[in-house]
Amino acid sequence: MLEIKNLSKKYKEGFEIKDISFKLDKGYIMGFIGPNGSGKTTTIKLIMNLLKKDSGSIKVFGLDHIQHEKEIKDRIGFVYDESHFYEDMTMRQMRSIVEPFYSKWDSEIFNDYMKKFDLNPDLKIKKLSKGMKMKYSLALALSHNAELIIMDEPTSGLDPIFRREILDILYSIIQDENVSIFFSTHITTDLEKIADYITYINDGSLVFSLSKDEVMEKYHIIKGDPDVLSQNLRNNLLGIRETKIAFEGLIDDINSIKELPKESIIIEKASLEDIMYYTKKVN
Amino acid sequence: MRILISNSSEDPIYTQIYNQVKTSILKGDLDQGEALPSIRALAKDLHISVITTKRAYDELEKDGFLETIQGKGTFVAIQNIELVKEQKLKMIEDLLNLVVMESKSLGLDYKEIIEMLTILYRED
Repeated sequence: MLEIKNLSKKYKEGFEIKDISFKLDKGYIMGFIGPNGSGKTTTIKLIMNLLKKDSGSIKVFGLDHIQHEKEIKDRIGFVYDESHFYEDMTMRQMRSIVEPFYSKWDSEIFNDYMKKFDLNPDLKIKKLSKGMKMKYSLALALSHNAELIIMDEPTSGLDPIFRREILDILYSIIQDENVSIFFSTHITTDLEKIADYITYINDGSLVFSLSKDEVMEKYHIIKGDPDVLSQNLRNNLLGIRETKIAFEGLIDDINSIKELPKESIIIEKASLEDIMYYTKKVN
Repeated sequence: MRILISNSSEDPIYTQIYNQVKTSILKGDLDQGEALPSIRALAKDLHISVITTKRAYDELEKDGFLETIQGKGTFVAIQNIELVKEQKLKMIEDLLNLVVMESKSLGLDYKEIIEMLTILYRED
């Protein structure tokens, strides 16, 4: 459905995306995470051919993303981070501009979403709150029977109630097993629920692209008495936070700490946020 | 079918689903041949990922509790449930046998064993 191989891109200012590869199959949701400035938006723009890549290949629906750009975009629903609409138009006017670009536009679906999201089509776009704009973007992206939904930070800046509503919408979309969703975010709690796969990039490089269950089984947080923090243990930790009374760190191999006395340490499942925090510190 | 997922449990989510569906089947809350929600519908209801749900269903199928019929859905398997129950019964019988043997070697009589069992059963 989406296959990226050895993708690289270097900006004049020096920031670069280095050799990123991952793949998303039909019917699944992939969360794309990384700290601010790690290259998420750049990667998405490269997929959408809004930026020119330096090297590597991007295939969507098995087709090259530049050679078949038009056909591919007809089958993608894209939700931007920022509003890219004409602010002075009403939602109805804006819709009539977007609609002709898609061969499979379905007004009935669009009207259903507008109703479901409680959006009045005669309202001007500049009058909309951030949450309403996001709902409107979603309505547009979901109304042309897209097979791949790509979203850049769809939940950022939205309150928790609305974020949950979006999750419910995403669950409804993937009831159709031919549809995939790829979305970037730095709000990892949303992903911990819904995502099948997590792709994590940091500083332009891929850290991992794994099923969420694998990530959750692999990484653990270890907490303990500073006395048990030997040099050997230190070497096994991917990141560490130390105080006088305790240390806390991230490990990716639980077997490496089997020897430690059980009574002086606590081992817990690591959250995606833990993983991001501790691996960011190393770099 | 009822499934409760705990986020603070040490058990991975797919194990929690596996255990709860298995228990429902063995207790008879789910009848043989009864249809289960689709993988995607269950993921939506429980707010978990499709892969996690699929993994639970796959393991339940592998162990003979569920059956998937292409294009129709997933159902409680028909033939194996009696067998599994029988295996469980056999396991309980073996354990009780062990209890009897150990008790005899300690010189406990039947009444004392029953008393212990009564207390344990009610405690649970």
